[in-house]
Amino acid sequence: MTAITHEAERAKKGNQGRLGRLPALVGRVRESGLLIVLLLIIVIVSVQVPRFLTIDNFTQILLSVAILAIVAVGETLVILTRNVDLSVSSIVGVSAFVTAYFFKQMPGTNLLIGIGIGCVLGMVLGMLNGLIIALGRVPAIVATLGTLYVYRGLDFVFSARTTSQVNASDVPPSFLALATTQVFGVPLLIVLAAIIAIIVSYFLRASRTGRQLYAIGSNPEAAAIIGIRRDWLIFGAFTASGLLCGLAGVLWSARFATVDATAATGLELEVVAAVVVGGVNIFGGSGTIFGAILGAVVLGTLQNALNILNISQFWLQAIDGAAIIAAVMLDAFITRWLQRSLLFRRQKA
Amino acid sequence: MKKLRSLLLSWEALLVVLLLICVVIGSGLSPYFLSGFNFYALTTNAMEIAIMALPMTLIIIVGEIDLSVASVLGLASVVLGVIWKSGHPLWLAIGAVLLIGALAGLINGVLVTRLGLPSLVVTIGSLALFRGLAYVVLGDQAVSGFPASFTTLGFGTIPGTEIPWSGVVFVVLLLIFAVVLHMSRLGRQLYAMGNNKEAARFAGINVRQIKLVLFLLSGLLSALAGVILTSRLSSARPDNGVGLELNVVTVVLLGGVNIFGGRGSLTGVVLALLILAVIQNILGLVNISGDIQSLVIGLLLILSVLGPNIARRIQVALARRHLATGRS
Repeated sequence: MTAITHEAERAKKGNQGRLGRLPALVGRVRESGLLIVLLLIIVIVSVQVPRFLTIDNFTQILLSVAILAIVAVGETLVILTRNVDLSVSSIVGVSAFVTAYFFKQMPGTNLLIGIGIGCVLGMVLGMLNGLIIALGRVPAIVATLGTLYVYRGLDFVFSARTTSQVNASDVPPSFLALATTQVFGVPLLIVLAAIIAIIVSYFLRASRTGRQLYAIGSNPEAAAIIGIRRDWLIFGAFTASGLLCGLAGVLWSARFATVDATAATGLELEVVAAVVVGGVNIFGGSGTIFGAILGAVVLGTLQNALNILNISQFWLQAIDGAAIIAAVMLDAFITRWLQRSLLFRRQKA
Repeated sequence: MKKLRSLLLSWEALLVVLLLICVVIGSGLSPYFLSGFNFYALTTNAMEIAIMALPMTLIIIVGEIDLSVASVLGLASVVLGVIWKSGHPLWLAIGAVLLIGALAGLINGVLVTRLGLPSLVVTIGSLALFRGLAYVVLGDQAVSGFPASFTTLGFGTIPGTEIPWSGVVFVVLLLIFAVVLHMSRLGRQLYAMGNNKEAARFAGINVRQIKLVLFLLSGLLSALAGVILTSRLSSARPDNGVGLELNVVTVVLLGGVNIFGGRGSLTGVVLALLILAVIQNILGLVNISGDIQSLVIGLLLILSVLGPNIARRIQVALARRHLATGRS
């Protein structure tokens, strides 16, 4: 009993002091820093190639980032709880292929039914992750490394039983139009990603459950003591991640039109890179949706810049990897620096 | 507690049973399964994974993980090909590649031990980075046409037997690792680090130094595995060994090494290696493609952690019920 109160008191004290807000502070420094980096990239590339700085090109960038951003929103929810979801790329792949195949087989059905199938499929796979992790107590890294290959394998099994590839000519034009439709001049994909980001961001900031997700990540023991139902929330985070991956898969097949069982392979590294670059703390407990989206936009802009500067696309994966390492290094340095300056200030007072 | 310990002790027994079941299934499926040639095919295919599993075992025992092994392997393979292609002798290329592997491991180790970053994220980053560099070096090209003296390392055998040379390399390494882990002071220190890092540090164990060396070793041996794979396929490609980290982690966890560190033995890992090799061999015999083989291995990975967890829960529930009925 005393051990419990002691633990709770320590958690309380930690949250009262400025040091307790350290991760959030680091996040704020990171987000403003990232905006500056983004501006720097834009300025440097535009000086060299003026056509980089056109509305058309920026729409292109956002369009290529939209799907990544939707997945990154789900990944953020998971990482906030001090977990990780490596299986996202396979869920996107399964959903993309199955949705495309559905429209090939039944071109006449209502669009919403096909979209619903992709989303529900993603959600079910996410729930499976959640069950293995929250109920089976398997560490998320092991569970989702496993399902990364299990789900991709299922995709190949499905493909082997049905068709090796679905082409643009196989699916109804109304489905492909999802990716090209514009709302007041802005592509639907971008609008969708923005709406999702705003809703989830509001949910994280203002709702009780949203705050509880942060609490789980920043101090799991304390969260359990104050009565937060940790397992349910972690299960929920993985389910939400799966659902968003399912939607991303639907949009993927609409956008790229030609889909096979390898769709979205390797996307998980881009997603983790975007989220970590965006300042979401890999230890959980701090980070924002805005940050994660910003991370995705920075990586997307970089990719576009490589293209425009005629640099080999083979650099992309190396850049993602370097970005992940640089971001966690930067986090460590900023944390140490802030810690020192805050301690110093406290001593002076 | 006693029951729990006996359960863990019997993990190896369980693996032996599993291995026997696999062998029986295999020999039922094909008359060639128990042939000498199939033994050769089965072991050579698994040697890269086996070599990388040795340092991975120690790394997981001290409570860390290295997800970048397959990418270091790929980078090593590509660099080996490029150096050889540019006219340098092979021994020089191999030396350079081993050095690069050690350097890659050192980078991981420094980031984890000096900056205190979680190995999980660092090595996800370097997984992308090293694989990316492999693509940068060679694009979508491949280097092939290695001399026979080199490819012998990959698929040659000791004259008169079906034992591959790469298997000899593995056995030598295994003996060294087994002595260190199970018969030396350092081995006890590794377990201590995995069980309680703080206590280990206060007991005077140089935790950071040891972890640094382990990551370096992991990079070095992954590069060696890259050399062997290149020799076996007689081809250096940037996508060599993509996804092998799944097999390596699966083997170590299936072998009974605790994912949170502090527990596990090389006996279990070797048994798990054999099981995985036999399963892959069987899947190959019934014509199941590599992508679907990964499905089975992924399931095995999850089950090797989920299974014991469920068993423990059932045990606890039974014990509770036993207590409850005993009291009333």
